[in-house]
Amino acid sequence: MASKSWLNFLTFFCGSLFGYFICSQLFSIFLGEQGDTQPSILHNDPHARHSDDSGHGHLEGQMDFNADVSQHTDENTDVSKKLYQKVKILCWVMTGPQNLEKKAKHVKATWAQRCNKVLFMSSEENIDFPAVGLKTKEGRDQLYWKTIKAFQYVHDHYLDDADWFMKADDDTYVVLDNLRWLLSKHDPEKPIYFGRRFKPYVKQGYMSGGAGYVLSKEALKRFVDAFKTDKCTHSSSIEDLALGRCMEILNVEAGDSRDTTGKETFHPFVPEHHLIRGYLPKTFWYWNYNYYPPVEGPGCCSDLAVSFHYVDPTTMYELEYLIYHLRPYGYLYRYQPALPANIGKEISEAYKNEDQKVKLGNP
Amino acid sequence: MLHARRQGKMFSESSSFLKGMMLGSIFCALITMLGHIRIGHGNRMHHHEHHHLQPINKEDILKISKDERMELSKSFRVYCIILVKPKDVSLWAAVKETWTKHCDKAEFFSSENVKVFESINMETDDMWMMMRKAYEYAFDKYKEQYNWFFLARPTTFAIIENLKYFLFKKDQSRPFYLGHTIKSGDLEYVSMEGGIVLSIESMKRLNSLLSVPEKCPEQGGMIWKISEDKQLAVCLKYAGVFAENAEDSEGKYVFNTKSVGLYIKEAMNNQPQQVVEGCCSDMAVTFNGLTPNQMHVMMYGVYRLRAFGHIFNDALVFLPPNGSNND
Repeated sequence: MASKSWLNFLTFFCGSLFGYFICSQLFSIFLGEQGDTQPSILHNDPHARHSDDSGHGHLEGQMDFNADVSQHTDENTDVSKKLYQKVKILCWVMTGPQNLEKKAKHVKATWAQRCNKVLFMSSEENIDFPAVGLKTKEGRDQLYWKTIKAFQYVHDHYLDDADWFMKADDDTYVVLDNLRWLLSKHDPEKPIYFGRRFKPYVKQGYMSGGAGYVLSKEALKRFVDAFKTDKCTHSSSIEDLALGRCMEILNVEAGDSRDTTGKETFHPFVPEHHLIRGYLPKTFWYWNYNYYPPVEGPGCCSDLAVSFHYVDPTTMYELEYLIYHLRPYGYLYRYQPALPANIGKEISEAYKNEDQKVKLGNP
Repeated sequence: MLHARRQGKMFSESSSFLKGMMLGSIFCALITMLGHIRIGHGNRMHHHEHHHLQPINKEDILKISKDERMELSKSFRVYCIILVKPKDVSLWAAVKETWTKHCDKAEFFSSENVKVFESINMETDDMWMMMRKAYEYAFDKYKEQYNWFFLARPTTFAIIENLKYFLFKKDQSRPFYLGHTIKSGDLEYVSMEGGIVLSIESMKRLNSLLSVPEKCPEQGGMIWKISEDKQLAVCLKYAGVFAENAEDSEGKYVFNTKSVGLYIKEAMNNQPQQVVEGCCSDMAVTFNGLTPNQMHVMMYGVYRLRAFGHIFNDALVFLPPNGSNND
């Protein structure tokens, strides 16, 4: 009958559609996705095979030259490693209980790892972070007292572990490689210290606290001794000025930290404040404080800058990225400073390109 | 009796259903197999080559002699097109003083003449029209002199050396259209915000189509306006040029539509233990959404500020531009 065969045909047709559908689904599952798919990384996923990052809780300065291997296979860090061994720097970071998680944590995650040794100085001990307890109070007026106690602690426990002793704040970013380059030309047995030199109040000038300063071994010995023998006063509400006065009394030289083209290396502000003309108003104290003629614009800052201050957590990581990661491939930098003489001899076999000639950059 | 007949009827129905199913499955299997043999292999290659462009293998680089390297470096001639409007004047100034100095040539295409700066007047406010006219102008005038054309807005900061590195050893005769791609339905297009790179072959094909209204309409989209970067993709598609996303050897995007700061903030939220690793490529070419001040900071941060004692064995050599003091 016509209706019966029509019904049969219909079921046959439905069956074939159903069969086709089931089969195509099975095939697509079996063979996996084909055709274009947007990459599963929405943006900038970390490396699939990234090894876990270098020592987190270690106080000992840990240089993990194997982190980020594939992105840095063209990179030769022999000179950096050599300087790490030759110019030993102990860093201590001025912080407080309230700031360990807010600020000091990001210092620890970035530049602090490049110190030969790093200590976080707080009024109270914190075993987990870890932070040294100086047994002081907190507050701006306690800064000098904390500084004295911190240097004393470093002197008593780690004097032989380093040649130079750097003080920084928990909002200072320090480029250790560049600090080593700067200090490699100087003798740690000499009484000298470096930082961003300010001119008022102290004849030979004094170093800005926030931009960080670094004492030679001899300078540290004299400083700690000064309080035992009452050569310097304990009380002051202005840490960097008080230290600077003390240094002058002790005949510790205020060094010139500028690079070979005369550009400053320690900076009391973030790059933007120095690079942008007019950012710091002409009435700002800074213009009268700088020991050397202050410069704004590109001449403000050395290519081999050592420090920046008032660096918030985001900017810490940005600087880390700009200095140690992002670079212009193949670019021949204008400023090609010389390798320190003693280091140069030791690596001369491996380091035989024209970069060794000193080429003065534009002022 | 009725019951039996119904059962019988059901049986014949179900058997025809089953027969249909079998036929359908066989048909489907045949089609899938055939399609797989023909497209499958090509698809995989297509997927690999066309959608995720990665830079050259590092081992190959070391086999090249120094003279060859210098010659190779000079063989990339990048012409930069920056589309500006009068309101962009402070970004325009920043861009002019910073990264565009590293293009082999950079020109500013403006919606209208601006007193303070030289520009090529596109005489239109419409971005898509500006883009078309700029591409036409650039191709007409410079097709013999440049082999790569980079288009950006003045909110973008670009590192041209890294662009050249990325393009290193690519077959320049092929049509390339790359940057930070976005998929919108069926269309994959390069986002204007990350910057758009076209090879000379793509420029040639694009220009031949720009005069054909059906392929490259001046007024795309009936109901609402389609963004200029999508329009470009549609146009290029007709010419057989497809968008490709540029990634580094780790799979990180090399053309970025946001600023470094923004990626850092996101990484601080999403992967606080590995902020810098999670941020951005070492060989990033572009970042976007920068303020004029940030352009100057990037210039210092990229071309000057660095760590002493870290030396790189690069295959290409790029010299600093003449008459510049911020790089």
